[in-house]
Amino acid sequence: MTHKSLLKVDARTKKRNAAEKRFKTYGFAAIIVSMLALVTLLTSVIGTGASAFKQTYATVTVQLPEDKLDKSGVRDIDVMKKVTTIGYAKILNQGLTDTVAATGIATELSTKDIGGMLSKEAAATIRDHILANPDLIGQEVTLDLLMNGRTDGYFKGRVTMESAALDSNTSPEELALAQALADADIVHTKFNWAFLTNPDASDQRPEAAGLGVAILGSLYMMIIVLVVSLPIGVAASIYLEEFAPKNRWTDLIEVNISNLAAVPSIVYGILGLAIFINFMEFNQSSPLVGGLVLSLMTLPRIIIPARAALKSVPPSIRDAALGVGASKMQSLFHHVLPLAAPGILTGVIIGLGQALGETAPLLLIGMVAFVREYPAAYTPDAGLFGEASTALPVQVFNWTQRADPGFVERASGAIITLLIFLLIMNAVTIFLRRKFERRW
Amino acid sequence: MLPLYVPLIVSALLAVFGFMIASRRAVSVSGGDARTLSSLPRQYGLNTALSVIIPTSVAVLIGLMVSSLGSLLPWIVLAVAIFGFAYSIARITPEFRARRYAEAWIKLVLIAASAVAILTTIGIVLSMLFETRHFFAQYDWKAFFFSTEWSPNFRGNSALGIIPLLWGTFYISLIALAFAVPIGLFAAIYLSEYASRRMRSVAKPAIEILAGIPTIVYGLFALITVGPFLRDHFSQPMGFGDSASSVMTAGLVMGVMLIPFVSSLSDDIINAVPQAMRDGSLGLGATKSETIRQVVIPAALPGIVGAILLAASRAIGETMIVVLGAGAAARMSMNPFEAMTTVTVKIVSQLTGDTDFASPETLVAFALGLTLFAITLMLNVLALYIVRKYREQYE
Repeated sequence: MTHKSLLKVDARTKKRNAAEKRFKTYGFAAIIVSMLALVTLLTSVIGTGASAFKQTYATVTVQLPEDKLDKSGVRDIDVMKKVTTIGYAKILNQGLTDTVAATGIATELSTKDIGGMLSKEAAATIRDHILANPDLIGQEVTLDLLMNGRTDGYFKGRVTMESAALDSNTSPEELALAQALADADIVHTKFNWAFLTNPDASDQRPEAAGLGVAILGSLYMMIIVLVVSLPIGVAASIYLEEFAPKNRWTDLIEVNISNLAAVPSIVYGILGLAIFINFMEFNQSSPLVGGLVLSLMTLPRIIIPARAALKSVPPSIRDAALGVGASKMQSLFHHVLPLAAPGILTGVIIGLGQALGETAPLLLIGMVAFVREYPAAYTPDAGLFGEASTALPVQVFNWTQRADPGFVERASGAIITLLIFLLIMNAVTIFLRRKFERRW
Repeated sequence: MLPLYVPLIVSALLAVFGFMIASRRAVSVSGGDARTLSSLPRQYGLNTALSVIIPTSVAVLIGLMVSSLGSLLPWIVLAVAIFGFAYSIARITPEFRARRYAEAWIKLVLIAASAVAILTTIGIVLSMLFETRHFFAQYDWKAFFFSTEWSPNFRGNSALGIIPLLWGTFYISLIALAFAVPIGLFAAIYLSEYASRRMRSVAKPAIEILAGIPTIVYGLFALITVGPFLRDHFSQPMGFGDSASSVMTAGLVMGVMLIPFVSSLSDDIINAVPQAMRDGSLGLGATKSETIRQVVIPAALPGIVGAILLAASRAIGETMIVVLGAGAAARMSMNPFEAMTTVTVKIVSQLTGDTDFASPETLVAFALGLTLFAITLMLNVLALYIVRKYREQYE
């Protein structure tokens, strides 16, 4: 037998140490890959979406001739309403052309092409403005009006001179003019509040599309989810954790709840379609149906953490209450539940967050519809939360299905909004956990 | 006709005033000395309030479901509310154990709440079974389960075979799992066995953020970033095709989505392996990686298999990533850079837009949904069973 030194590492040990190092590297690499995935995901979405929060406007001075806008001459609203957006578009074309001429910028574009740089939405904006203030007719007004998606895209770097040359919706000459107007401070970019408040807009005008209806719809659904699934979820977890006898039935319920938490969300959409819409005949696309579907989906996701929270309250608390003559119900509602409340609430907020981002079931109950009217919480016709609406994640999906590239930016912007809401909710849970959680 | 809100308002008022009246009455029957009562006065009040609220709610719910009651319903509700009120007031004596009765009411509510979970499952199964039967009345079940052709045609005469959809579903899930399981598992091992406290406090929440991101975000990521990237840098130069939406796109993005799922489940399971087993192995001179590979992982294997099954169930049921990343063409091909479609994508496409609940093209979505539910149910129950058995082993 050859002598082996302890100080000299032999081949076998070397191999084992190398294997150890390799193994550790794999683990580290796995962490790096997941971090990289997270960073790529966030930068990609934020990178394309951040510009949705800025929008290009033109400050246009428009003459409002009485003979075109008010044939009655006495500011009769009904007569004024006969002038459609097409009539206003002509006035806007002239207005922008005059504004360009006033700055002394030379251009060979026709009046129509210059006016075409404004959004199709601009005519509606000015029409509404004038119908609300009929006295303006005959005067000259200066308004900030939306530029169209291509011109807006030029200032955000999405549209270039090369791509414009191939594009029937814009031309390099228009972009050059837009640049000159921007240098003259007529065209400017400002924070896009309208993105958060406007309703959706049609296919040709991504620049006017906003999240107003979607945010309202999501808000309504979250209210329903909270009102329905919080009490039912807490009551169910109290029963299962504290009262249910251990037998086959409760075993079945338990497996059932764990399974429900893992059922694909789209199955809940099918349930909602079959039961709430086809059978109970609630309104399609309504936040009521969406909220109920999401409530059923959220319920098991609330019950599981709530049971864990109840379980973590030590038995000594219960025993002490029972010992001084409280009933089981009293020990629960007076002592155990308040102590478990932070844990339950954390689960509820996480469940709400999942419900807020859920898309698939809402597609099936018709929330993909194009909705421009802000849904009312209650109307006598449609009932409570019965008016058609969309939701934040569905709006994202909707915009990805549109042809105009301007909608990609909108979709990413909507995701940023969604993520901000989720971030706030998670911050609240972390705060609750830090502030109230007890370790026994 | 009496509108329904009248008896509802009446019963709400009866409950509120019933609480006060019953509490007062309890004190008065005790002759002014509340100590002679078997329960506190407010428990008498609570019993009366619940005796009004709970029976009326039950009456309203049943009445809304049995619509044949029609205009009688409000009167029935009113009668129930008044009876509950009068009966509970009449029973107030010093011997009446109001606390026990009030708590029985509360327990009833708790039981009803936990029954909602059961009702949901029954609702899911029944709603899909019902429509699936309609579908199979119009379309041969053998053709549905065994045909390899999927080409719905809204003028009729469609081929609705599920095989190409299942192929796409399993192919995408396989790629997702092949990506997520090693990474998730190694991440969990590294975090629980190697990482320093500081590293863990950064990496763990970061991975958990991935779990909190809605799937629509992953879908958009697949659509605008991963799909075009794979097309421009892999499939086009290598001649595999030029579609941005592909099995690979959806699979990879879904894999990212599953990483936190696999890693947090495995983390729990690895932590549940008793420290004594590790110490024993290390004491015999094994290196850390040998201990993990030959002691910890084998001991945790059932739990890890359960976690993988749960992840598979999520991958199969995932919708938004495949809707935006995988494409809509029902195709059976080995090429992962080609667009294929899944069961969930087809459920969405058959049930959105104009739907006609008499045509097999719409009803097929329910048969697809039921198949999906059955597959995920089997995976979930199997996984839950394995994980439970495993937990018992070390408790």
